[in-house]
Amino acid sequence: MTAQTKIQGATPRQWHTIKLIENPYLRYGFLALVVVYFFWSLGTLDIDWHRVDSGMTRAGNMFSRMVPPDFGRWELLVKGLVESVQMALAASFFGMIVAVPLGLCAAVNLVPKPVYLVARTIIVLSRTFHEVIIAIFFVKIFGFGPLAGVLTLIVASASFISKMLAEDIENLPPGQLEAVRATGASFPKLLIYCISPQALPRYLGVSIYRLDANIRHSTVVGIVGAGGIGQVLAASFSRYDYDFSLAILIAIVTIVFVGEFFSTWVRGRLR
Amino acid sequence: MSMAEHARKYPELWQRFTPRQTLVRYSWYMGVIFVAVWSVRNLDIPWFYFLDAHIQAADLAVRMWPPDMDFLGQLYDPLIETIHIATLGTAVTIVLAFPVAFLAARNTTFNSLTWFIGRLILVTSRSVNTVVWGLLFVAIFGPGPMAGIWAIAFRSIGFMGKLTAEAIEEIDQGPVEAIEATGASRLQVLWFGILPQVLPVIYGTTVYRWDINIRESTVLGFVGAGGIGIQLYASINLFSWQEVSLMLIAVFCVVVVSEFVSAIVRQRIT
Repeated sequence: MTAQTKIQGATPRQWHTIKLIENPYLRYGFLALVVVYFFWSLGTLDIDWHRVDSGMTRAGNMFSRMVPPDFGRWELLVKGLVESVQMALAASFFGMIVAVPLGLCAAVNLVPKPVYLVARTIIVLSRTFHEVIIAIFFVKIFGFGPLAGVLTLIVASASFISKMLAEDIENLPPGQLEAVRATGASFPKLLIYCISPQALPRYLGVSIYRLDANIRHSTVVGIVGAGGIGQVLAASFSRYDYDFSLAILIAIVTIVFVGEFFSTWVRGRLR
Repeated sequence: MSMAEHARKYPELWQRFTPRQTLVRYSWYMGVIFVAVWSVRNLDIPWFYFLDAHIQAADLAVRMWPPDMDFLGQLYDPLIETIHIATLGTAVTIVLAFPVAFLAARNTTFNSLTWFIGRLILVTSRSVNTVVWGLLFVAIFGPGPMAGIWAIAFRSIGFMGKLTAEAIEEIDQGPVEAIEATGASRLQVLWFGILPQVLPVIYGTTVYRWDINIRESTVLGFVGAGGIGIQLYASINLFSWQEVSLMLIAVFCVVVVSEFVSAIVRQRIT
């Protein structure tokens, strides 16, 4: 009798999938909270339901005006696209260069604490703000055009690459670092013979990933007037040239796809 | 081994690369520099803008200081709205991204056509920026948070769907086969064999994407899709830079806090 209950206790007759939150009270409590949140947020949001209701017909209307896409003004399209790609290429190049000193300064095992803190602050600040916000400031300072876009993308790329680089350097095994230091190597020699062989492949990989992210982002900085295809897209939208908008969107998707393909290929080669 | 051969094999001076490797490396460098120069030259950059850039920047900094604290009371609602847009958008994404991920994973899709459709949806979703999706949905739903929620959702499908599809492709086939062997239906295999294995990835990417979405929803207002971006854009256009600086501080705080929350949650669940 006792043995049987023991066995039943050890192997329950019913099986459940493993839950994220084991305690049922906590789990259902959490679910209830989620439901409450939904009602609260939908209640506070200022949504014009009549307008949303007419959205479906509007969407259908818009779609019918989008199809077929109008590639008639392809010169404008190609010009914007080429400008976007050039912005992305230039920004990736300079971003890569700026990221090296910034990333080295943000690695806690290489530099004194004050330098580390300053570099980290720069990285956090530039990562927090969306590209579009940064673009507005560059447009204010440097005027409309691709220059503001390139500078925005440089800031975004440099902060991203340098963060990755710094984390990579911090994760390096301390053995090699000590060994090279023990030979009396100067700081530049330490960089060339110890850090670069270990951190370079990932740094290049991240940079190339960033190139394809930059192609994607270069399409949006144009919306605030920072050049590229985004500017053409925003203009076509505000003029209700939806068939041209669709043509631009198709072109963007294609170019991003090609860029992604290229970046995957190069990263495959690097390994 | 002759003397010459020995000298070649064990040179006096150690070198990291063979001459061939060096050549390949330098040609890569040359190629990269060539592309960069070509891009910069073709962009028609007005270099003289750099001459007075520091004056402009200093001017802007002076105008922004001090932040207009009286404006703080009007920021509360838009900030809450920004967070709501990101959260609800992420919630919609979970529902939409999951089926797409199953289509886009080689081992769960039906045939190569459905696989291609799944991949196409993911690529399209990711190629079009959140703000561009915002433009589109503002045209459909009119200005307001509804457009923002859908913009966030449509951009996030690609991100979450891609990561989930990769997770599905890497699952352990053992449990799946075991459940198939019990005579389970396709849906049951999905529910008991595949889902439990990818759930941790889904939770992790959801929280991660949520914190990216908070940042994205701060600028959705620029195209009229709700959130603090509406006020921010209005203040920028009115040159009320002291309000702008206060809003930037507010955005900074919200983004940093959300990043912090997301990091803690991800640490707890993985």
